[in-house]
Amino acid sequence: MALPDSRLDRDTGDTIVSVKNLKKYYPVGRGLFRRQHALLHAVDDISFEVARGEVLGLVGESGCGKTTTGRMLVRLTNPTSGSIIVDQTDVSSISGADMGPFRQKVQMIFQDPYESLDPRMTIFDIVSEPLNVNHIGNLEQREERVAEMLTRVGLAPPATFMFRFPHELSGGQRQRVAIARALVVNPTFVVADEPTSMLDVSIRTGVMKLLTELREDFGISYLYITHDLAVARYLCDRIAVMYLGKIVEIAGSEEVIRNPLHPYARALISAVPVPDPAIARPVPNVRGGVSKPINPHPRCRFYERCPVAQKVCQDSDHPELREVEGNHFAACHLL
Amino acid sequence: MTELATSPDMGRGPEKQLPRFDPGITEPIWKIRWKMNMRSLAQNWEIFKESRVGMSGLIIIIAFGAFGLLWPIMINFVWDPLIYHPVVGFDPMLMHPSPPVAGHLLGTDPIGRDILAQLMFSTGREFLLGMLSAVISVVVGTFIGAMAAYYGGFTDTIFMRVADIVMLFPFVPLLVVIGSMIRLSIFPFAIILGFLEAFGGITVILKAQALQVKVRPYIDAARVAGGSDLHIIRAHIIPNVLPLSFLYMMFNVTAAIVSEATLSFFGILNIDMSWGMMIHTAETAGYLFDFGKFWWLWAPSGFFITLFCAAFYMVGRGLDEVVNPRLRKR
Repeated sequence: MALPDSRLDRDTGDTIVSVKNLKKYYPVGRGLFRRQHALLHAVDDISFEVARGEVLGLVGESGCGKTTTGRMLVRLTNPTSGSIIVDQTDVSSISGADMGPFRQKVQMIFQDPYESLDPRMTIFDIVSEPLNVNHIGNLEQREERVAEMLTRVGLAPPATFMFRFPHELSGGQRQRVAIARALVVNPTFVVADEPTSMLDVSIRTGVMKLLTELREDFGISYLYITHDLAVARYLCDRIAVMYLGKIVEIAGSEEVIRNPLHPYARALISAVPVPDPAIARPVPNVRGGVSKPINPHPRCRFYERCPVAQKVCQDSDHPELREVEGNHFAACHLL
Repeated sequence: MTELATSPDMGRGPEKQLPRFDPGITEPIWKIRWKMNMRSLAQNWEIFKESRVGMSGLIIIIAFGAFGLLWPIMINFVWDPLIYHPVVGFDPMLMHPSPPVAGHLLGTDPIGRDILAQLMFSTGREFLLGMLSAVISVVVGTFIGAMAAYYGGFTDTIFMRVADIVMLFPFVPLLVVIGSMIRLSIFPFAIILGFLEAFGGITVILKAQALQVKVRPYIDAARVAGGSDLHIIRAHIIPNVLPLSFLYMMFNVTAAIVSEATLSFFGILNIDMSWGMMIHTAETAGYLFDFGKFWWLWAPSGFFITLFCAAFYMVGRGLDEVVNPRLRKR
């Protein structure tokens, strides 16, 4: 799939999200008599930027810290250390009165449309909640705005949906409601946490198309968290590959798919099934299981599973992200 | 309807004036909400109707209500207050206690008061006591449970330890101590009962439910939308535990009535007449020893206490099927 050049051009747009050295450690096994507890490194020192109007895909296996990263960006989880700057505001220092404006700038779409809508609220109440709690407009204006958003996300005519309960809608319709709720305050940055993973394949494309359209119409930047490389390729300008709390590779989506550099990214991409029995795809070349993120050894995180690991990988700490090719970063000693 | 100003920090143009868009809704929102509430009430009623236990309980409660409402009519227009007054009435024509006779369908007590009049007079007050203490316990318990679950940590610890203490103390002996310290009339008694129950088991049960609600993604969504803690508790947590609160309200009526009867039997409440008081009268005059002979002194009120409590319990069972869809037969 060829992408228009403008979507790959990193230099034009200004930066909307800038994450530096972000860390989140969870204490584990804290007991009454054990003062020294182990730390689970959910997100371990990651840095990345999202340009205005860009979609950055965050891919990786379960438990690699994708969702934790997303939650920290919208401040549902407080980071252990590191800085997150969204639209010139430092997320970790926001408190009290500044929270309102921040909440209007940054929104999140959740994974499970069956759980992310309050079953006791009508669609109107759900979509107007961000307007309501931020005191935007009066009731009549909110009604108009909600109706407009519902039409925009494809729930038309809005009058037939506004006063229904979530359980009366299908999964795809619910996810559209969740999208309308996230976008009703006109955010500049949206964290989408696998919004299509719970949907039927037939509905998934529709929701993905909608997200693309909305991005073009409103100029929204997304952090798109997914484990599905095909979805990431379709939606994202750039893809960041995460492994055990670290970003191991980050580059333009086509570049990551066609020319993965990091051994983990290579394995991940070769694991994608191809719907053509004639094509012989390379066998994913990794060993063992996922290493433990609890108090990890000071060596490359991928060492235990890496097919090309050498002595340097064990002896020195996890490698930094380096620009291996033009705008193509990877974290590997051997590159 | 006041126009609320957009936050001044919002530097981006279009939000200041939300664009016009015809939602295609002809009725005002409150009217639609009213209709929806009525519709959901009707649906819940359909489910409740299916429950035979619940319906029987409801019919018994309505019968009790009608019986209680008869009292002002009877005392004002039918019965002579000098004879039929529940506390100071006396019938000079009979030996007391008298077994059921024409004028006194359930007989009289040892000091010449009509048993039926006493039963009827007490019914309304039992309703008042039961409902008031149940409402207090559930309102306070829901709020505390939601707070404890939502904030966790220190708030949670305090309320849970208080709940432990309340549940640790045997309920009735504790009330006996309170009752002997202050002579409780019906309103203070209902309030004390309500609070005791609120800080005890109700808090723990509703906290457990609120903990389930708290971790749902829609709570996160509300936080991302910008909802304050209070907004989340009020708009999401409480509405989602409310059905369970309502269910426990029914069970609490039972608890309140039983406590009142027990304390009245010990004679430590400042209540002049109640179902428990009637048994107390029989007991203090020594008529409870001859079990079957003076049955009309204790059987009617005992039967009423049992039936009244059973009826609320049965309604609770019926509501259980409305609240917990898994219990339904279909």
